[in-house]
Amino acid sequence: MIQKHHLSHLEELEHESIQIIREVAAEFRNPVMLFSIGKDSLCMLRLAQKAFHPAPIPFPLLHVNTTWKFREMIEYRDNLAREIGVELREQINEEGRAANINPFDHGSQRYTQVMKTDALKAALTAGGYDAAFGGARRDEEKSRAKERVFSFRDRNHGWDPKNQRPELWNLYNTRVAKNESIRVFPISNWTELDVWLYIHYENIPMVPLYFAKERPIVRRNGALIMVDDDRIPLEPGEKPEMMKVRFRTLGCYPLTGAVESEATNVVEIIEEMLRTRTSERQGRVIDYDEGGSMEEKKREGYF
Amino acid sequence: MSIQTELDRLGIDGYLEKYRTKDLLRLLTCGSVDDGKSTLIGRLLHDSAMVYEDQLAAAKKDSKRYGTTGEDVDFALLVDGLEAERQQGITIDVAYRYFTTDKRKFIIADTPGHEQYTRNMATGASNCQLAIILIDARKGVLDQTRRHSFICSLLGIKHVVVAVNKMDLVDYSEEVYDRIREDYQDFASKLQIQDIHFIPMSALKGVNVVERAQAEMPWYGGSALLDYLETVHIASDRNLIDFRFPVQYVLRPNLDFRGYAGTIASGIVHVGDEVVALPSGRQSRVKSIETFAGPIQEAHAPMSVVVTLTDEVDVSRGDVLSTVQNTPRLETRIEAMLVWMSETPMETGKTYVLKHTSNTTSGTVTQVRYRTNVNSMRKEDADRLTLNEIGRVEIEVVRPLAVDAYSKNRGMGAFILVDRLTNATMACGMIVDRSPAERTLARRRASADAGSNVRSGQRGAVTAEQRSERLGQRPFTVWLTGLPRSGKTSTAFELEKALFERGKLAQVLDGEKLRAGISSDLGFSATDRWEHQRRAAEMAKSGNEHGLISIVALVSPIESDRAQAKRIVGEDRFYEVHCDASVESCESRDENDLYGRARRGEIEGLTGVDAPYEPPAAPLVRLDTEKLDATANARQILDALEAKGLI
Repeated sequence: MIQKHHLSHLEELEHESIQIIREVAAEFRNPVMLFSIGKDSLCMLRLAQKAFHPAPIPFPLLHVNTTWKFREMIEYRDNLAREIGVELREQINEEGRAANINPFDHGSQRYTQVMKTDALKAALTAGGYDAAFGGARRDEEKSRAKERVFSFRDRNHGWDPKNQRPELWNLYNTRVAKNESIRVFPISNWTELDVWLYIHYENIPMVPLYFAKERPIVRRNGALIMVDDDRIPLEPGEKPEMMKVRFRTLGCYPLTGAVESEATNVVEIIEEMLRTRTSERQGRVIDYDEGGSMEEKKREGYF
Repeated sequence: MSIQTELDRLGIDGYLEKYRTKDLLRLLTCGSVDDGKSTLIGRLLHDSAMVYEDQLAAAKKDSKRYGTTGEDVDFALLVDGLEAERQQGITIDVAYRYFTTDKRKFIIADTPGHEQYTRNMATGASNCQLAIILIDARKGVLDQTRRHSFICSLLGIKHVVVAVNKMDLVDYSEEVYDRIREDYQDFASKLQIQDIHFIPMSALKGVNVVERAQAEMPWYGGSALLDYLETVHIASDRNLIDFRFPVQYVLRPNLDFRGYAGTIASGIVHVGDEVVALPSGRQSRVKSIETFAGPIQEAHAPMSVVVTLTDEVDVSRGDVLSTVQNTPRLETRIEAMLVWMSETPMETGKTYVLKHTSNTTSGTVTQVRYRTNVNSMRKEDADRLTLNEIGRVEIEVVRPLAVDAYSKNRGMGAFILVDRLTNATMACGMIVDRSPAERTLARRRASADAGSNVRSGQRGAVTAEQRSERLGQRPFTVWLTGLPRSGKTSTAFELEKALFERGKLAQVLDGEKLRAGISSDLGFSATDRWEHQRRAAEMAKSGNEHGLISIVALVSPIESDRAQAKRIVGEDRFYEVHCDASVESCESRDENDLYGRARRGEIEGLTGVDAPYEPPAAPLVRLDTEKLDATANARQILDALEAKGLI
């Protein structure tokens, strides 16, 4: 129970995250907030609003668009940026798009490398950003459990797990040389449940994909894949069926598995989550290849 | 209680309301590879139902590949992270874990126990309120246990749980547990940890982790680990007295608004409070406290808020707003404990970037006062610090910093040092108040007779003579000096007994006992030894003034220092006794291997080995403690005292 002049855990996390976001704005020349439109991004964005209120957010948002995102996500993104009054920058790997790099013909690994990792690196280099916020949490996956809040990246945006700076108290070492940068994870200490509860208490509007609805679905390798547009090549005999599903994470639609669900609002999602207990990255096809694959991707510069 | 039952009981709305009011406990786990630390954490996560089915499935799969538990699930695999470590079967960095129960939310900083990873432990400890220190019941208190405890104490952790693990391998023996507990308490008395709690357990078997062990350890009346973690009182750990607000960022959305954004380091602030900006010293009042949800009337640590002031004072990032009555010290020369975290050793005279609160400045280490041996906790002479070494230093900064001692105020007493060229984090520092010993030393240099020139004008109505009359004895001090293990303490107690039998009341002031208590802040440098002895002398004197006979048993090797003690106690009632025995014979009865450690170079400055002993020129008695036992020795002293007409 909370006593007088003592914070609840969620309040404590909120104030900690605000401190981190302000520190970046104060110490870096050219920060940017990576914005994926997912729930973690939305939580982080609200924290950024709080950090600078009544002033506007003093840095732009950057969205890496793989061109295979759910359509609803893009719509939602554009409306939101307009409402909040924050600058939104979009990055697309045009070379990849011209070469028609897609998850079906090129496999999830190569596609992610080109359209996501390469695009992100290119955007960060082109923008000359010295700090980039990300909405990653330590509880998402084992290799993230030891990620720093301020995660140092070399000139090639690579992450060296052996060369991370010790991080003490809330005193962050923000110094970087030219062309080096720092990834900052202000909600490192939040859990999936914390994020959902915060969204609930703060009444943050969400992309409707998070809520259960009848959607056209095909089953592939045990994952439920939504037929979001006609670019998805159907296998012989494969026919989309309407199923009541929702998404626990939002990514590229061919790589993001849905879960069958009846939850149509945030409270129902929380209840469902509490009762089912499977970790959220399970819906993401990309992690399946090898036990430590997230770590390998991080070394290469994926978040 | 599982989440399911709680949901059924409260309904989702009730659950959410309850979840909203849970508080947060950040804890640190320390232990070596084999202490079963990862197993303990895995067990906590698993038994509190915070492991997802797919993670458990993955761990089951991994157990066959890397596991060490045969067919059972290796809980350690739930928490070991990076691939390389997983293959080596060790954890090599600080990893954070999250779990929640129906009472509280927890963040675990999991740190490794290897010698070379002091820096990781300091990192993990810096944000924690509580530490679990694992001890393997088969091995007991080890050097690393002392090291971990020392670092926890250094980083200001107030609550320590000593988890005596692997009790299943010692047949859940109460005796083993009690011995470990005593051993631990023995050395922990030298540390600054407020609250130490012991729990016998078996993480592997899940005994006393979540469920209390009735069957295995009926002799244990305490709670299981999780129960303790859920209920330990942490609300008063935070400093809510001294308002300190380091300005982090200045908000100027328009010409009419100038707000100072920051996180309150300590204390409480209200609208209308008078505040002073440091270092400028300009005063103003709090006009408003702004948050996204609207203005509020008061805010407290560790809230991140925006404060506006009634006056146009020039305040910028790095300045500190504080109450007017009670401000931090402004210093350009700070005393601090440093943990060196870089492969590149510290250099005195080199300038580093120093980050303290939201302030970044330049700091030069001007002097290393000593290095602390993290295994023995002894102070050693040093002129630099290398990776994972801890020491006390003096640092000069370019502009005055508003600081408080770390022990009173974490946020205002912590800093890091960064290399100016490589930008690597080199060290973390904790600001200390100048120690009493140093202040005394300064006084000692200034005045010929430390402290005793100061006399309070006020005197009590009862005189020393009246007290002594009431007790029917003449107070005096017997000062036993001699090499370590020369029989001072045993003689002192025998003497007390003999006096007691004659109806005389005496107090024994034993050097080693004092070190565990009143002198627990002191080491073995010349300054600290001197201060230690001064304290003993003051206590002896105080006893005498209250009519008591004082018996001091202290190595007190330096003649001039004993003369000082004599001045403090009073020349007319100070009687020196020399416990005379050769180094060889002292060494032969040294059960604690004190001499052995000194000979192996593990400790420095042991009298008789590498520090001098100056025998008293004219003692009241010289005891041949090599030949005679304590009773005979006490008899000799008694005879001498009688001859003097003292008893």
